[in-house]
Parts: sequence; structure tokens; C-alpha cells
Amino acid sequence: MDANHKMSNTREPQVSDSNSNVQSFIQIKALSKEFNGFKAVDQINLDINKGELFAILGGSGCGKSTLLRMLAGLETPSSGKILLDGEDITEWPAYERPINMMFQSYALFPHMTVEKNVAYGLQKEKIPQSEIDQRVKNILDLVQLGTFSKRKPDRLSGGEKQRVALARALIKNPKLLLLDEPLAALDKKLREQTQFELIKLQEELGVTFIVVTHDQEEAMTLASRIAVMKAGKFVQIGSPTEIYEYPKNRFVADFFGAINIFDALVIDQDDTQITATFDQSELTLKAYTDKTINIGDKVGIAVRPEKISISKDLPEDSNLTTSKGIVWDLAYYGNHSIYRVKTESGQIVQVSTQNQKRSSDHLVEWNDEVYLSWEQNSSIVLLD
Amino acid sequence: MAESMTNHQQAFGDLLWRRIVIVLPYLWLILFFLVPFAIVFKISFSDPIVAQPPFTPLFDQSQSFLNWFQGSLNNYLFLLEDNLYWVSYLRSIKVAFISTICCLLLGYPMAYYIAQSAPTKRNVLLMLIILPFWTSFLLRVYAWMGILSTNGIINSVFLWIGVIDEPIQMLYTNFAVYLGIVYTYLPFMILPLYANLERLDLNLHDAAADLGGKPLQVFWDITLPVSLPGVIAGSLLVFIPAMGEFVIPALLGGLDSLMIGRTLYDEFFVNRDWPLASAVASILLLILVLPMVLFQRNQAKSAEETS
Repeated sequence: MDANHKMSNTREPQVSDSNSNVQSFIQIKALSKEFNGFKAVDQINLDINKGELFAILGGSGCGKSTLLRMLAGLETPSSGKILLDGEDITEWPAYERPINMMFQSYALFPHMTVEKNVAYGLQKEKIPQSEIDQRVKNILDLVQLGTFSKRKPDRLSGGEKQRVALARALIKNPKLLLLDEPLAALDKKLREQTQFELIKLQEELGVTFIVVTHDQEEAMTLASRIAVMKAGKFVQIGSPTEIYEYPKNRFVADFFGAINIFDALVIDQDDTQITATFDQSELTLKAYTDKTINIGDKVGIAVRPEKISISKDLPEDSNLTTSKGIVWDLAYYGNHSIYRVKTESGQIVQVSTQNQKRSSDHLVEWNDEVYLSWEQNSSIVLLD
Repeated sequence: MAESMTNHQQAFGDLLWRRIVIVLPYLWLILFFLVPFAIVFKISFSDPIVAQPPFTPLFDQSQSFLNWFQGSLNNYLFLLEDNLYWVSYLRSIKVAFISTICCLLLGYPMAYYIAQSAPTKRNVLLMLIILPFWTSFLLRVYAWMGILSTNGIINSVFLWIGVIDEPIQMLYTNFAVYLGIVYTYLPFMILPLYANLERLDLNLHDAAADLGGKPLQVFWDITLPVSLPGVIAGSLLVFIPAMGEFVIPALLGGLDSLMIGRTLYDEFFVNRDWPLASAVASILLLILVLPMVLFQRNQAKSAEETS
């Protein structure tokens, strides 16, 4: 249990534990960008390791794209530094940085064929044509577009365009690849498939990837580490599991998937555990936390829908936190069902259950009186 | 049953309207372009006489076909023999070409700047481009005469400052003709270019820079090729009217700035040789239409290649 809370507190990026004084591959130091007094990016610090697939997640206007553009050299920082492989590249123009970007709308050159689009980066390096041809062929084969080389972008499907953009960004063997919403323009099915291809490709090539996205699912499935961004600042940095299971505050908890948040009042407290009343003081719960909390504090208790069990009878285990309510709404998705239960205080609680048994009659139906229960360590204590 | 009938009738009505909408522009072109041109073309094969109308009827029963055919080509053969016409055509092409290049060099950065401006500023700038059209074209050319003449504004100011001792001859020179044409036709270059550049995806610039393109390379590799349709449209809109321009060389140009428009005017109104003038006009049209047809065929071909 204790190991778990330590994880929730892991704020510092995991620089290789054996020798932590080794410099990270990418170091962003107090980076800021102001537009007419508006701080789009506000004093960002970040270290990224070589070969990592890192995601920056945030809503629109949170500054994630500005941060990415500063890394690419397309935007000049107001202050701060960017170090790549120990070198200060803050002042380098975009065309000199060993960093390439895959743009959100792909930004394929409409007047050039697939081949010429992909070759463009190499041509600017004055590489012999025979070598360019070879490398273009190789990378187009890698993204399975070998037969499309003579086509122009307007004759390609969304998925094909995405792969051309990826090939074009990878052909110069960049030290760092930036991906701006790489999957946003694809339909759902293609997105899932492309996700895995992207991860596979990243592992094969060993290139460091930074993905910017507003889609938490995309970030979670792609990245090994995620930074959640809000109003120009990082709110939390961690692995997908850390961020999902141990969100630092309401914003992160809410941003990542569905969650139920109860307002609670702390009535007792020791080193790692608090006791609090919730649901209009009718019920009490115990929860683990490493945050400094005093008796009388108002906190949020967050529980993920899939951590809650739903039953018609009161569970016998007294260690469980329980609540009572009426089934307000119910949705059957085949593999799982979602119940919306109205508790006695009127709060709607969302519960998600796996449909493990094949049965036509649901265990719980509309307007049934039910008990909700979850384990103590499923409760997340949120201060803000 | 009755309902399907009315549906059917309505569909028929829609189709009819669609046809009418398509046919109308064609009708307009046939009536006001093709028919007049056919008349001009017909006149170009006859001989001038002092009469009303001042040309012979095209078909003379008394001649054999061969004689008639040779006789009717007289005007065109005459155009080939007399240097005057060749010189006028070539001068017109040269003036139109240089003016088009000047308009492009001036208009491109202006169009680009307008396209990149904030919407409110953009509207003001576009307004400034269009505003001169609200005054008479002739009046604006006369204004240039006032500015350029030996005792005009420029010379007066220069003399007063002491940059020059005696006035520079600007009016009635080739320089004045170029200035007049570029000034007049610049908006025709800027507007189609603006329409094109306004839709330009700036991400393309970022992408090219990101892949190693330096600013000037990005312009040559990306901006210019992508805006090529705008460049061509603007150039045609300047080149074609500049080619047949009559007023500007007549008012601002000297004796040596003879262009085909002036020659055409002289043939019609001074010499009253309508058939020869018609031949001149027919050749002018050929010179203008031929490159356009070739260009369009080329466009169609490249469009086919991509598909």
C-alpha cells in the first residue's frame, strides 16, 4: 500500500535511477512564452529521456501547441532554455534543429508528389540524389506507402496522408520527433490501429517522441509518461497509471476518464489515513493519503466508476466504503454496463461493471435500491 | 399517383431551370462576343471602298473562287509586308510583358502582406486597392500627365530642392507608358493573388522550415508554386488588356511608343480602312487566345496526370 502512495507523489521524472546526475536528453528549463502579456507557456521545466514516448496532454488553449512549436523552433521563447543532448538549442532556427515535426493537419505540400514531399528534407541537406532515392524508398516501404510514391496528397486518404507526414518527418533521422495531435484526423477504427503502429515504429527506430494531444485515451495508450497541462503550466507528470490512479487534483482526475467526486469533511487523521464524512455527513469513509490534511478540512473524495461494486444486498466486509442509492439510469454496452445511481443526498454516482456472465436478465434494474461499495484504497483524496 | 405526377413535373421544372442557367452565359458569349467577332473577321476579308459601309461585300459572284480567295487574303498579306504592323505587335507584346513582370514584382509582396494582415486591417488595405476605380480611369491618366510633365509636381519639387538643374523629360516617354500601365493594372494583379494567398496554409511554411528550408528557399519551394494559379490569373488579367492598351500610350507615350492599339485606332478612324483594321484585330485576338488555349490544355493535362 505504502509503495503506492509513494508513486502518487513521484513528481520528478524518472531519470535513470543508477546515476541520476547524468543529463537528460531533452531539458526544458523555465521556458515561458508570452503573447501580448498573456502567458501561453509559464515557466515550464521538463526532462525527457532518450527513446522515450512522452505525451503532453491538455485542453485547447492550454499552451501545449506553443510549447511544441518552441521545441521545433517555430516560436521564439520569451525566456528559458531548451537543451538537446546537452546542447543549448534555444536560439537555433527551425531549419537547423535536428528536430522534426508531424503537423496536426499534416501540412503536406499539395503541389508535390508523395515522393517529393518525403524527399524535401533530404534535398535541403544537399545529399546525393541516389542516396535520397534510396532513403525515400526505404521509408515509404516502412510506412507501407511504396506504391503511392507518384501520387499527390489530394489523392490520398486520411490514413495515407498521416503516414506520408510521418515518413517525411522521420526521413532525416531526427533526434526528436514532435507529433501534434497525430491521430486526431483519423476515424476511430483507424486511430486504434495507427496507435499501435506508431508505438511499434517508435520502438524500432528508438527516436524520442513528444506527442501533443487533447485526447486522454490517445495519451494513455501511446505514451510512457504524460504531462497534464493547464493554463501554461504542468499540473502533473507521470506514467499513465500514476495519473489515472493517483491524480493530483480535481482537474487531472476529471480530465482523465470518468470519475465520481464526493465532497467530504475530515473528522479524523493520522499519518497515512483520514476519516471523513460524506454524502451530507450521513456516511463515513477511510482513505489513504500522504498529503498534509487537518481535521476539519474539506476535501474531495474521488472514486473511479470501475472501482465501485453495485449490489442489492449490503456487502458484509466492513472495510469497504458503502453508500446507498437508486438506479437512475442504466446503459448496456455489451462488454460492460454503466449504471447511474442517485444517492440519498441526490448525487449521481457512475458505476461501471464488466458483464462477465452471459445472462439476459440484469442483476440490477431501473429504480432498484442498491448498495455501492468500494475498497478504502480506491478513494482518492483531492485537496483542490 | 397524382403526387408522383407533381413530383415528376417539379423535377422536370428543376432540370429546365438548370439548363437555362447553364445556357444563359453561353448565349451571352455567343451574342456579344462570337457574333461581333465573326462580323469583324468577315470584314477582314473584304476590300476598303469609299462608301457606306466602307468595305466591299464579301461574296462577289463575278469572280472565280480562287481569285476571290487570293483577293480576300490581301489584308493579311499586307500586314506581313509592312513593317509598321510587326513593330506595333512586337512593341505591344514587349510593353505588356514588362508591365506584367513589374506588376507581379510589386503586386506579390503587397498581396502577401494584405493576406497576412489582421481581418480589419485587411479590409482597409483591400479598400485602398479598389478605391482608385471609383474615379474615372481617364482622369487618373490625366493626373499622371500633370505629375510627370516638365513643369509638373516631380520636376518642380526636384528643381526646388536642387537635385536637378533642368526638368527631366518624363512625360511622352516609354517610362511614362510603363508607369501608367503598371499603375492602372496593378489591382488586377493584386486581387487574384490576394484571393489565392489568403487561402495559403501557413503550416506549409512551418513544415518546410522544420524540414530544413531557409526562409528564401521556403518561398521558392512552397509559397510560389502553391500560389502559381494566382500568379497566372493575375498575369493574364494584366497582360491581355495591357497588350491592346490604347489610351495610356496615346496620352503618356511619345511618338516612338507605338502600340498595336494605336495602330488599330488609326486604321479605323484615320485611314478608314475597316478591312485592314479588322485583320489587325483578328491577329491580335489570335496572339492573345493562342497562349491561353495552350496554357489551358497544359493545365488539363497535368490535372489528368495527378488523377
